[in-house]
Amino acid sequence: MPEARKVVIIGSGPAGLTAAIYSARAQLQPLVIEGEPSSNSDQPGGQLMLTTEVENYPGFVDGIMGPELMGVMRDQALRFGAELRTAKVSRLELASTPFSVWVGDPEADEPTVLADSLIIATGARPLMLGCPNEDRLLGYGVSTCATCDGFFFREHHIAVAGGGDSALEEAMFLTRFASKVTLVHRRDTLRASKIMQERAFKNPKIEFLWNSVITDVLGDTKVSGIRVEDTTTGKTSELPVTGLFVAIGHEPNSALLKGQIELEDNGYVKTFGRTSRTNVDGVFACGDVQDHFYRQAITSAGSGCMAAIDAEHWLEEHGE
Amino acid sequence: MSEKFVTLSDATFDEHVKSSDVPVLVDFWAEWCGPCKMISPVLEEIAQEHEGKLQIGKLNIDDNLDVTRRFDVMSIPTLILFKDGEPQLRLIGAKPKGQLIEEISAYL
Repeated sequence: MPEARKVVIIGSGPAGLTAAIYSARAQLQPLVIEGEPSSNSDQPGGQLMLTTEVENYPGFVDGIMGPELMGVMRDQALRFGAELRTAKVSRLELASTPFSVWVGDPEADEPTVLADSLIIATGARPLMLGCPNEDRLLGYGVSTCATCDGFFFREHHIAVAGGGDSALEEAMFLTRFASKVTLVHRRDTLRASKIMQERAFKNPKIEFLWNSVITDVLGDTKVSGIRVEDTTTGKTSELPVTGLFVAIGHEPNSALLKGQIELEDNGYVKTFGRTSRTNVDGVFACGDVQDHFYRQAITSAGSGCMAAIDAEHWLEEHGE
Repeated sequence: MSEKFVTLSDATFDEHVKSSDVPVLVDFWAEWCGPCKMISPVLEEIAQEHEGKLQIGKLNIDDNLDVTRRFDVMSIPTLILFKDGEPQLRLIGAKPKGQLIEEISAYL
């Protein structure tokens, strides 16, 4: 028999864990299916597990390390009785209530859990460039995690792809190790916040390559360079770098939801009005899987709180 | 760190992986690596479940650059499975337990 739950939360970043804290305090005994270890932010704790210092999360005057912040959020959820399971949801059926949630074999006859209400907090993952040798050289110079791999590029010249806050954060972090960091950006202005731009422009180790797109990664057994196309002239050139860090944006982890729930054209979950409600009654969404605009730890946490309150009200209205 | 793991270093590495009766899965890790922390409890479970068939060795890359460079580790966590001192399999990045076991089991 599948186990029955009032609230199941999928995902354990700031959104999922805040939803867990609120619904646990509301005595709803939430089950958090927190994900499984990976290195691309699709993991327990979410994207903050791959960051270092978080400077803008309120309450931490001197900043806090991303993994540490997620550790204390997790402890706080556990303290109020949330149950966390290190597993990945493999299939959802949302056409009838209670909602069916599969963990493990998606072909199993019976779902693993039946949920009266469901909170989707699966987050987003970094986009890859999609150029020919990127995948083959992942882990051999191509990286999506500066904090994991920066160490290996001491005194090297490396490149960062992207122009947003995360690209600049990565570039800045990497200057601790690298002799030079070239930021390759497809436009001639950055999307990043003013404070990050100022810091990056001031950093003598960061160089900018504007209007440029990376078309290939070069190297036999490890990265020896990248091929770059100038978008204004169409000319290609090679940049001899030993590392490439990709930070060109994110895509939502919403594959499980396709055909089950209304998504925006870009794959993000559609929520209605100022609530966390989705088009399926009893299913709520919070955090980066439904937000491609703010994408902050604090807004994720805030929307996780909203989802928990929305779910609690919904359960009261549709009481057992 | 639990005794489920053997702590390896530049000085002990070669001797250990060559003389071990069972395959050694070496975890290249560092204190500052989030995904490394994530897989550590998973590796502990795997070590327990495969007692006598597999040994798990931890190599701190900060303190042991020679071995780290020799095997061209450029991303952590990296897991390399050694049998009779020879590398057999390399897994880069944190992975779910099921997937780790599946990949390793062919060599046990």
